[in-house]
Amino acid sequence: MRITEQEVLHVAHLARLSIGGEEAARFRRELGSILEYMDMLSEVDTSGVEPFVCVHEQASATRDDEPAETLPLRLVLAQSPAAGHGAFEVPLVIEEG
Amino acid sequence: MLDKARRFRTEDLSPVDELERLLERCRASDLNAYITLNGDEALDAAEQALQRLDEGDDDPLVGLAIAVKDNICTKGLRTTCASRMLADYVPPYDAHVIRLLRRKNAVIIGKTNMDEFAMGSTTVTSAFGPARNPWDPMRTPGGSSGGSAAAVAAGLCDAALGSDTGGSIRQPASFCGITGLKPTYGSVSRYGLVAFASSLDQIGPMARSARDVAVLFDAIRGHDPRDSTSAEAGCPPIPLEGMDLRGITIGVCRSFFSEGLDRDVERSVRHGLAVFEDLGAKVVDMDLPHLRYSVAAYYLIAPAEASSNLARYDGVRYGLRLCDERDLMEMYLATRSAGFGDEVKRRIMLGTYALSAGYYEAYYHKASQVRTLIAKDLREAFSRCDLLAGPTVPVTAFGLGEMVDDPLSLYLLDIYTIPANLAGIPALSMPCGFDGRGLPIGLQLMAPGHREDVLLGAAMTFQDHTRYHEVRP
Amino acid sequence: MRGIEAVIGLEVHAQLKTKTKMFCGCPNSFGQELNTFTCPVCLGLPGALPVLNAKAVELAVRLGLALNCRVHERSLFARKNYFYPDLPKGYQITQYDSPLCTGGYLDVEAGGETRRIGIRRIHLEEDAGRSLHDEACKRTRIDFNRSGVPLVEIVTEPDISSPEEASAFLKELRSILLHLRVSEGTMEEGTFRCDANVSVRMPGDSTLGVRTELKNMNSFKNVRRALAYEISRQASLLASSRPVVQETLLWSASARRTVPMRSKEESHDYRYFPEPDLPPLLVDRMLIDRVRASMPELPSERRRRFMRQYGLSDYDASQVIATPELADYFEECCSLVDAPTDIAHWITTELVRVMGESGDTPLTTRVRPSMLTALVSLVKAGRLSGLMAKEVLGRMSKTGEDPAAAMEDLGVEQMGDEDEIRAAVRGVIDAHPDEARRYREGKTQLAGFFVGEVMKVTSGRADPKLAIRIVREILDS
Ligand SMILES: [Mg+2]
Ligand SMILES: [Zn+2]
Repeated sequence: MRITEQEVLHVAHLARLSIGGEEAARFRRELGSILEYMDMLSEVDTSGVEPFVCVHEQASATRDDEPAETLPLRLVLAQSPAAGHGAFEVPLVIEEG
Repeated sequence: MLDKARRFRTEDLSPVDELERLLERCRASDLNAYITLNGDEALDAAEQALQRLDEGDDDPLVGLAIAVKDNICTKGLRTTCASRMLADYVPPYDAHVIRLLRRKNAVIIGKTNMDEFAMGSTTVTSAFGPARNPWDPMRTPGGSSGGSAAAVAAGLCDAALGSDTGGSIRQPASFCGITGLKPTYGSVSRYGLVAFASSLDQIGPMARSARDVAVLFDAIRGHDPRDSTSAEAGCPPIPLEGMDLRGITIGVCRSFFSEGLDRDVERSVRHGLAVFEDLGAKVVDMDLPHLRYSVAAYYLIAPAEASSNLARYDGVRYGLRLCDERDLMEMYLATRSAGFGDEVKRRIMLGTYALSAGYYEAYYHKASQVRTLIAKDLREAFSRCDLLAGPTVPVTAFGLGEMVDDPLSLYLLDIYTIPANLAGIPALSMPCGFDGRGLPIGLQLMAPGHREDVLLGAAMTFQDHTRYHEVRP
Repeated sequence: MRGIEAVIGLEVHAQLKTKTKMFCGCPNSFGQELNTFTCPVCLGLPGALPVLNAKAVELAVRLGLALNCRVHERSLFARKNYFYPDLPKGYQITQYDSPLCTGGYLDVEAGGETRRIGIRRIHLEEDAGRSLHDEACKRTRIDFNRSGVPLVEIVTEPDISSPEEASAFLKELRSILLHLRVSEGTMEEGTFRCDANVSVRMPGDSTLGVRTELKNMNSFKNVRRALAYEISRQASLLASSRPVVQETLLWSASARRTVPMRSKEESHDYRYFPEPDLPPLLVDRMLIDRVRASMPELPSERRRRFMRQYGLSDYDASQVIATPELADYFEECCSLVDAPTDIAHWITTELVRVMGESGDTPLTTRVRPSMLTALVSLVKAGRLSGLMAKEVLGRMSKTGEDPAAAMEDLGVEQMGDEDEIRAAVRGVIDAHPDEARRYREGKTQLAGFFVGEVMKVTSGRADPKLAIRIVREILDS
């Protein structure tokens, strides 16, 4: 197996997914066999090969510093599951120790 | 589709009546091709189109009913990505391609079913239930643009937009017996396309014929300053007349005809190649040594990008939110665990792993280097041929319940379509025959970047001399 | 703690002075109603895509050249992935292993000597939104007006060896940001933020000790205090052979100590990878040359020039160049009247005071340079005492009148008439016979006392120089 159950749980946490015990075992099995397949990449000699960056590099992918239209506040908050005081609300975040 | 455009002008056919007829058919259909039908707004658009026709507007798209994959944002019209996460999400803006279609007075008839967040090749992972193949409702239409393909094949629209990250336009086109184009990366703006894997995603047209596909492609392509990866240069004007295939060299990747290829598929594709030869093209065998690593490279790169692109679904600003009473972490975990289906989770996990500390070099970085080699193989191949041809998918449409427990086997079916995404080149699938069960088979053509003119020209000529694209389920 | 060396590296984030945000056209400004300067891009809505602000690039290039960096013609954007409610996309667009600028330095003066601090890199990145914590409601509110505001991150080499040096570096850097018009650089408002990496080692030790990361130091004073605290904390651990734990610490200004960040679960695995929505940032030679050619004078150069050209003291020159606007104001005054030291004095003391009172800047104050120079000329000509001039300036600042009008309104004019002052002096001497006697007995310092009294009875209108001459004349005779 390429990946341990511990790693599955760690990765799930990094991705903010909660994975139960049975699920963890299943993901471990599935990801394990997929990663095993990926092993074929090690056959490829990539010494000196640049990683792929983008399909076409072009110089002018910037914009001028000119203001554009903003979204009306009504639309900004329209899709919010919890809005209040003109803002998006979440459970209190505790930052300091 | 072009035929209907003509009849709007010559036979007093009204886009309003046509739309009503189509909407009626859609409501009666049990293919589950649409997630949302755009009733009243579409009728308004059709009325407007009628007026434009009266004024003599000669754009071929006026009044035609275009179905749009549900990962392309439509202002005021629900855009779900077939996910519980966005089940009620209404975008406040139009995607660039939608703007272009509206400007041309095309009618957005509805939003089509798909695999959740475009991750899959069956449309079975949709939170709104699977779409069905018009050729056999117990079979998959393919995916992820399965709803668009089914809608076109079943005549539930005049043409459709799909998106293609690893074959999501071409594979369902192949399974449903229609023509689908994945354009050159950057030739159609991604602004407003809900991202799956940003370096691979591309919106493209799906229709009955290559000619219809060409017209729709022409309408949606072009530079968009809001997409930094949008190409400044485009392909030359696209002829609607087909092209003379004499003197054209078509390369055939030898490895595309090896293990795992269904016998009927092989026979039909070889027959298609023979048609090209009869039309004067030279068909030559080619070796592209790195293409066999496409699936491995793709299923690291695409999930890696996906894991990052889908991080924004955190329940804070839009979409689903669960458990927001006490603790932020609890809210994140509950929201994301309930909002995403299994396949999406699997890919997020895979991608997160491929990028995480200690694994980046071995997985993401290595895959990215292999991607360079695959693009180089294709570039070199196109120095010796004008087009590459082969099967689109190794098999024909399979049963809805098949292969759901075996992600790797499903991934391996993408082997022929993925290289074009990795290299950013245009590729097209068109019908070239039927298997023993009467299910359609697709032939894939690939061209160098920005040579959609050659790709579509060759496909039109092929279709001028064959009838596969005219057969209806 | 003696005999122990501190090794400090700084990471500074400065907001760039652009009209719009880094990747969208929303205004880059503050104090607005929550979430009103937002759009699909900076809210991270599905399908929205970033487009880079060319001005932000130009400002970062300007800073890179000023800090003697190599500006790379090709650099890459990357995504830094982490979850936080004010981070709308779940990642920050930044630059990682291929930044815009590398390998520069900045010379700073600290403790009477010049130290060269290496600049490891300068890169572009976007800011996150703002979290407003409502403890009472147990809710955090998120405002995305700041989301996507352009930042430069400046990372030094670990070349800094004391809190004073760190502070000197930050002040010089801030001054450069101001003079290049790259950033507003206000630490208290968060447009200029600083984190630090700190470790300690025995002198002569060439390996670096375990370092801690210090955050939340939102003023120059707090940077000095936090570093001093952390250095002594680590030194005492070292002295008692206890290990320093690698961790992130927050400076608590109220408790005056560092405290470990509570969010331990953040594993700091940011999963950086190249940003697929942005092609490589290509900055051509021509742009770099153009920016170099139009580079404003650096504050250190300007300070030296002010000393040379206007004969200012080091201290006065430093005060005058506190901001580029103040320095420009000074130079405009100097072009009108040839009295640079007087002008510098009036600007750095009285003008700064009245601007502080009215909340103005050199650009907005109603006291225009020509008005200030007129005032200084009146003082020099003896028509106004210093005390009166201050009062007149205060009025000018409020009403925008020129000095003559302000004087008339206030009814002040210096007594230039010797007889009038002589009468006042006699009156004061008569009223203070004791002091007059003591003066005559040799306590001549009391002359100042008499002048002061004269100023009082004349409401400050007497020319003090004339007054002292007359006081001496009468008492000495
Ligand atoms: Mg930073
Ligand atoms: Zn914005």
